[in-house]
This record gives sequence, structure tokens and C-alpha cells, in this order.
Amino acid sequence: MLAQTLRDLSYGFGIALQPENLVWSFFGVLVGNLIGVLPGMGAISTISILLPLTYSMHPVAAVLMLAGIFYGSQYGGAIGAILLNMPSHPPHAVTCIDGYPMAQQGRGGAALGVTMIASFFAASFGICVMIFASPLLVKVAFEFGPAEIFSIMLLGLVAGATMSRGSPTKGVAMTALGLLIGTAGTDVNTGMARFTFGFTELTDKVELVALAMGLFGVGEFIRGVNRIKSIGPTAQLRLRDMRPTREELRRSLLPILRGTLIGTAFGAIPGTGPTITTFIAYAVERKVSKTPERFGYGAIEGVAGPEASAHSKTQVDFVPTMSLGIPGDAVMALILGALLIQGIQPGPQLISEHADIFWGLVASFWIGNLLLMVLNVPLIGIWVKLLRVPYRLLFPSAIFFIAIGVYSTNNSLFEVGEALVFGIAGAILLALEFPISPILLGYVLGPLVEENFRRTLVLSHGDFMIFLQRPISAAFVTASLLLVLLQVFFAARGLSVGRVKSEVTA
Amino acid sequence: MVVIGVVAMIMARSYKIGTASAMGPGFFPLMVGAVIALAGVAIIAQARFEPDAASREQPKAEWRGWACIVCSLIAFIVLGQYAGLLPATFAAVFISALGDRSNSWRSALLLSLAICLVAVVVFWWLLQVQFPLFVWN
Repeated sequence: MLAQTLRDLSYGFGIALQPENLVWSFFGVLVGNLIGVLPGMGAISTISILLPLTYSMHPVAAVLMLAGIFYGSQYGGAIGAILLNMPSHPPHAVTCIDGYPMAQQGRGGAALGVTMIASFFAASFGICVMIFASPLLVKVAFEFGPAEIFSIMLLGLVAGATMSRGSPTKGVAMTALGLLIGTAGTDVNTGMARFTFGFTELTDKVELVALAMGLFGVGEFIRGVNRIKSIGPTAQLRLRDMRPTREELRRSLLPILRGTLIGTAFGAIPGTGPTITTFIAYAVERKVSKTPERFGYGAIEGVAGPEASAHSKTQVDFVPTMSLGIPGDAVMALILGALLIQGIQPGPQLISEHADIFWGLVASFWIGNLLLMVLNVPLIGIWVKLLRVPYRLLFPSAIFFIAIGVYSTNNSLFEVGEALVFGIAGAILLALEFPISPILLGYVLGPLVEENFRRTLVLSHGDFMIFLQRPISAAFVTASLLLVLLQVFFAARGLSVGRVKSEVTA
Repeated sequence: MVVIGVVAMIMARSYKIGTASAMGPGFFPLMVGAVIALAGVAIIAQARFEPDAASREQPKAEWRGWACIVCSLIAFIVLGQYAGLLPATFAAVFISALGDRSNSWRSALLLSLAICLVAVVVFWWLLQVQFPLFVWN
């Protein structure tokens, strides 16, 4: 077993180290980092803007590049969070709490250095989990019928809806909205066109890129225009400052370990977003710390723990994404969508049928993370300068990149219009404090959920009890129900507490 | 209480879906529609119990910025159809740049020209996107 894994892994390194793939991986990390650093651009917007670049590429190179973009932008986001107090990607909101005070005290460089170490360690751990867990999961997954697949996806959707930030009910509504958008187009079973509103272009389904760019690109810009002001970082940053002191390293060692484990645990649950993971990691650090009063004023533990958890979580997230075809969050949903565009159906058969993609990806994670370290040491000065790019120049350029990016997907201007509509919708939803990532999750899972749901009911002749009669499926359905009940319980308790409070004050 | 308005909209849409489609392909959307409707009701209920929701500080409306972003994309679509990539790019960047109040005419113009250059070099020449630079008709 171990020998086989090592053989597969070296095969993967062979693929990832092919000059062409290596160049694309490098390019992805560089561009992802570059765009991720820019204010207001998170991992999701970065990937959706660059997604069209991968269409003409070989699938392996495309996936390697996307993964590179992903952690490049994730790391770039941490730079913005620490130096500017501006989280471009929600999970980094926690990093701001202690990262920015550190920057104000002139230790921003050290915070970045620790972030880098934490992310490399956590990612490496996550990769190991991925290497050993995925084949095991696949073995189990081959036993799965449509009922089990439906139940797992249900759990993923419920978890994604209720455990995202903000109100769980709003999360549920958004997930369902995503499912609904996913059903638009030609029905696979009957060939009937649904929700096309008379547009023939819509029979081909709503375009993933248009949806993602509309919601996360256009929507965010509409919200951010004239509001985000880019202020240059307060302190100059030199290479020398990146090195944390021995004391700082010692204090961040255990938080990195704990964060990694927390991230791994959450990564194993499909649908739990990275944001909730980082928040829990932060809370844990504060709980176990002997000096909790330092948190919020530049405690290095508050940077190391959450960043480590975010990176191990995203790495482990690839396990259900690649081996079951169930994305853990919106970013994974995008990568899954990219695979589908390449004509690759993620699922249990992916590892055996597309071994080059799977093992190449695993190997490229390590290479990519190494590249990230190597790149960021000399380039940090440039990133800091980039942070000064004013938003007023940034977003018009990004609007163009969105427009041409959506267009080039299918050479269709109609889809640019789609992006515009979703952008307006996204801006309205953002203004009303609805979470928008569940929409994307629902959209990607929608067709799969529907297909498996209908297939199950065909097999059982319309008997809903089948979901409870099959043990694995029953377990997942129970878990979903528990999640919902827990949320209802908390909501009810919160309400009654709130009512008591208002009565007391009244 | 803006929430209620949106929820009503979502609900109306979901109901129409439920009755309009046949049982076969419409079954799943009907279920999803029901979930949305239920969630909508729950959101309204929550909004009722949250007395300070309405009084919460709303950021100022940015009609100029919003209109410019929307218009810039519309301009891109229309000009892309009838005039080609270069005019569409220029218009989209120029209009959206004007949406930000700190941009002057001059800086917007310079930025649009720069992006046009990027469009030609990167997308038209390097990536060979199928989009004519100019359309003559």
C-alpha cells in the first residue's frame, strides 16, 4: 500500500515537473499571487477571472495552473489582510484582527513570514492526508449508489448553507437559489427546456464563468465603488523584516499544529466553508492561550493558527472534491466546474481514469507551495507597492477583464449580459447581507443532486424511504437533519434570549 | 424591511415555477422552490424579531458608481456587437472609470487607452480571442 502510494506520488512528480506543466504551475502561482494582492480581489474573483485562460490548455496543465492561482491568491489575500487591514477573501477577516496590529507595530513582515511557514506546514500536512485518504474514500465510494450520493450532497449543501457566516436561513435560501439556477437549461431526462425565459442561449445552461464573475466580480465592484479607498501600507517592508524572531517562532509553533488539525477536521466535512474554520481556529487559540488579553493587539498566535487551519482545510477539501466530485466550498466548486469544462467528470473513477491529473495535482501542490515561498521572499517589496494601486484604477480594468473573460468562454456577448444580471443581483444580495458563496455551491451541485435524486426514486419506484433504508445514506440524512435541528435550536435560544433582553431594557 | 420585498419576489418566482412546469422535469424545481419559500418566510419572521435591523446604518447610495458600472458592461455588449473589440474595451473602461468620483476625465482616458493596449497585445494577439478589433458596418 505504502509502496504503491510512493510509486504513484513519484509518477505525479514526474508529471508536475514536466517543463510545460511546471511553467503553468509557476505562472498560476505568480498571477494568482499578483491578483490576490490587489485590494478587493479574493481567491474566488481571481480564479473566475483567470478561468477562461485555461480553456485551450491541456487538462493537466489547466488544473495545475488553477490550483496554483488558488493558493497564490490565498496567500496574496493574507498580505492585504495583514498590511492593510483589508480582507479581500472572507477567511482572512480573522487574520486582520491580530495581523494588522502587528503591522502597525512594525512586525508586519514577521507576521507574513509566520503566515508563510504556517501555510507551508499546514498544506504539506493536508497533502499527506489527501494522498492517503483519497484512495480509501474511493474504495468506499464505489459502493455508493445514487441514494448515497444524493445524501452526501444533501449534507454538503446543508452544511454549506447553515455553517457559512451570517444567518443560516439566508444561507439556506441562497443555496436553494443556486440549485434553482443550476436547473435552468435543457432537462437531461426529458429534453425539456426549463427557465429559459425565451432565450435560446439559456437552453445551454447558465454559464458557470458568467455566474461566478457576475456575483463575485461585478457584484463586489458595484458594492465597492467609491467606498474602498486604498491607503498605502504604513510601514516600509524589507526582506530582512520577514524573518520572525525566535520568540515569535516558538510562540507560533503550537498554534500552527492546532490550526492544522482543526483545518483537517473541517476539511473532511463537505460544505463547511474556510471562514468558519479560521474563526474556530482563532477562538481555540484564544481559549488555550495563557495570555488571552494580548489577542487583538498583535498576538502572533492569532495569525499563525487561523492561517494554518485555512491552508490545511483547503488542501483536505480537495479530497471530497476529487474523489467524490463534491466540492467543499465555492472555490472548490469553481475548480470542479473547470474540470467539467475540460470534459472530466470528477468522482470515484477520477483517480484511476485520470491518474495523471490526480497525482500530478498532488505533486504540484508541493511544488506550488515551494514556488510560493521562493517567489514571495524576493517579490514582497513589489506586492507591497501593488497594494498601493488605487481602487479607482483597479476596478475599471477588472471590469474589462471580466467582460473579455466571460466573452471568450464561448465567444458569446449574451453571456456578458448574464454576468451583468448576476452582478446586479449579487450586489443587491450583498447589500441585504445574504451570503453569496452558497449560490455557487448550489449551482455546481444542482444538476448532480437532481440527477441522483431522480435516479434513486426511479430505482425505488417513488418510495422516499429508500434514503433511510440504506445505512450509509441514512447516516448522512441523519447528520443533515441534526445540523438543521441544531441551528433551529440555537436560533430559538438566541431569540428567547434576545426577547428577554429587550423586555429587561424596555 | 427591504428583505421582505426581495423575499416576496423570490417567493413569487418559486410559486410560478411550481405550477407551470410538468411533474416530470418540474418536480425538483418545485421542491427547491418550496425550500426557498419556506426560507423566505423564516427570514421575514427573523426580521420581525430583530427590532434594530431597520435602524442599522446603511451605507450611502452610490448611484453614479452603480449606473456607470452597469452602463459600462452594456456598452461593452452593444459596441462589441456592432463596432468591435477596441471601441467596446475603450467604452467599458472609460465609463466605469468615470463611476469613481476621484477619477478625472484625463485619468479615465489614460487608463482606457492603456487597457486597450492590453486588450490588443494580450487578448487579441497572444491569446487569439475570436473577437474582431473593428467591425465595419
